[in-house]
Amino acid sequence: MATFDGYPRESGPAGVRNYVAVIPLSVTASPIAEAVADRTAANVRATPHQMGTDPPEAAREQVERTLSGVARNPNVGAALVVSLGTETVDADAVADAAAAAGRDVETLSVHEVGGTAAAVDEGTELARDLHAEITDRRREECDASELVFGVECGGSDATSGIAANPAVGAACDRLVRDGGTATFSETPEFIGAEHVLAERCVNETVRERLLERVNRREATAELMDVDLRGAQPSPGNQEGGLTTIEEKSLGAISKGGTTPVRGIVDYAERLPVGGGLVLMDTPGYDIESVVGKVAGGAQVVAFTTGRGSTTGNPLAPVIKVTGNPKTADRLAANMDVDASGIIDGEPIDSVGDRIYRTLLDVASGERTAAERRQLEEFAVNELQPNELAELRGDA
Amino acid sequence: MKGTVLGDAGLHMAAQDNVVTAIDDLDAGTGIPYDDRTVELVEAIPFGHKVALVPLEPGDAVVKYGETIGEAVEPIAPGEWVHTHNCESRRGRGDRTADREVA
Repeated sequence: MATFDGYPRESGPAGVRNYVAVIPLSVTASPIAEAVADRTAANVRATPHQMGTDPPEAAREQVERTLSGVARNPNVGAALVVSLGTETVDADAVADAAAAAGRDVETLSVHEVGGTAAAVDEGTELARDLHAEITDRRREECDASELVFGVECGGSDATSGIAANPAVGAACDRLVRDGGTATFSETPEFIGAEHVLAERCVNETVRERLLERVNRREATAELMDVDLRGAQPSPGNQEGGLTTIEEKSLGAISKGGTTPVRGIVDYAERLPVGGGLVLMDTPGYDIESVVGKVAGGAQVVAFTTGRGSTTGNPLAPVIKVTGNPKTADRLAANMDVDASGIIDGEPIDSVGDRIYRTLLDVASGERTAAERRQLEEFAVNELQPNELAELRGDA
Repeated sequence: MKGTVLGDAGLHMAAQDNVVTAIDDLDAGTGIPYDDRTVELVEAIPFGHKVALVPLEPGDAVVKYGETIGEAVEPIAPGEWVHTHNCESRRGRGDRTADREVA
């Protein structure tokens, strides 16, 4: 049976890292969170983002859901929630999510402590105390079925659909076979391939929900009397040989493997543990999409790239996989797995085995290229005006 | 790798595909063996880009992975580069909806 050495949690699956998350409620609280993380320890990680203090209601709900999910991610041993004090996102709701999962949690308000300097001082003290609480936790052997594995692609080119994505898909198939959860997202990149996914849905409810989500993303372009060309595939994708969104999507969906699609959840909604292959409805923007899956509970992410994306995440290790031999060579220091041998005849399954072993090693503490270089991008998906109108019932 | 490599030059992902993907930077004149004949490249094709194997007319489906990835918008001869200049998506085309409403 496949195992990894993780941090058992009081509730829910084991973590693969043991961090204090310093979570700001808004862009205004973000520099405080970063300063606190900088002043404490390497395992204290901030999640700065760009959301304002008073977003429209649907956006507020999404920010609260995302930050609550981040606060209870298995890699978070304890959390500090930082606010300016005027945010409409509820600090207590975010803190309660962590507390309900059995994590130590504190809240801090710039207004209440009397300014930003006092907040950094007070926050640093709170973060040090939280860190002291969790620093003696030890890794124990855990079953691979506790893993929620998020997969993402970015900077795609023609090699993504030929090599890196099917190889990561083969690793997803192995994890699902061993009882875990694999998830992929980026709904705009289902367009043109949704019929393939729809055939693999376990029931009519999942199938209808998937097709409805894809239609909604496609309608976004149609509502605006524009088309996806120029944005999907991106100019970089086009330079890499991808001509249409259909071609990009057909290559993109192979990163989830070949098992049945068991469900589709909302952006940042909680993912099932031991759930097989489950999709998440997210935008195509990589950073927001990765954060959605981490908020959903993913402890580890695999990120395929043809042209050479280098991004990471503050709380979940991100394993970089490329199928482009030039990228594997030029950006070797930013890549974890070279899948380009597939183009010269290396079997997809053998690279899939390599990625699965890397997943278990990284889950057991081995640091990824992005972690070694402290690449920790974080962004919450910002709902667009047409999405807000639809969620209000205007469209 | 899924698919069949033709002449060490092009990857044919599925039997019904009417394009192949260059697995190297290919020079004009390179021959790709296909269906008992040789498709000769009429132009240089960069790594990862696609080459037509058969003649395509405007409106014809371009097929890769055994699936439609778009349609030809110009006549395309065997051995020609297939990309955004002569092949377009059929999906997410709000521009076409707008044209219809104006007309």
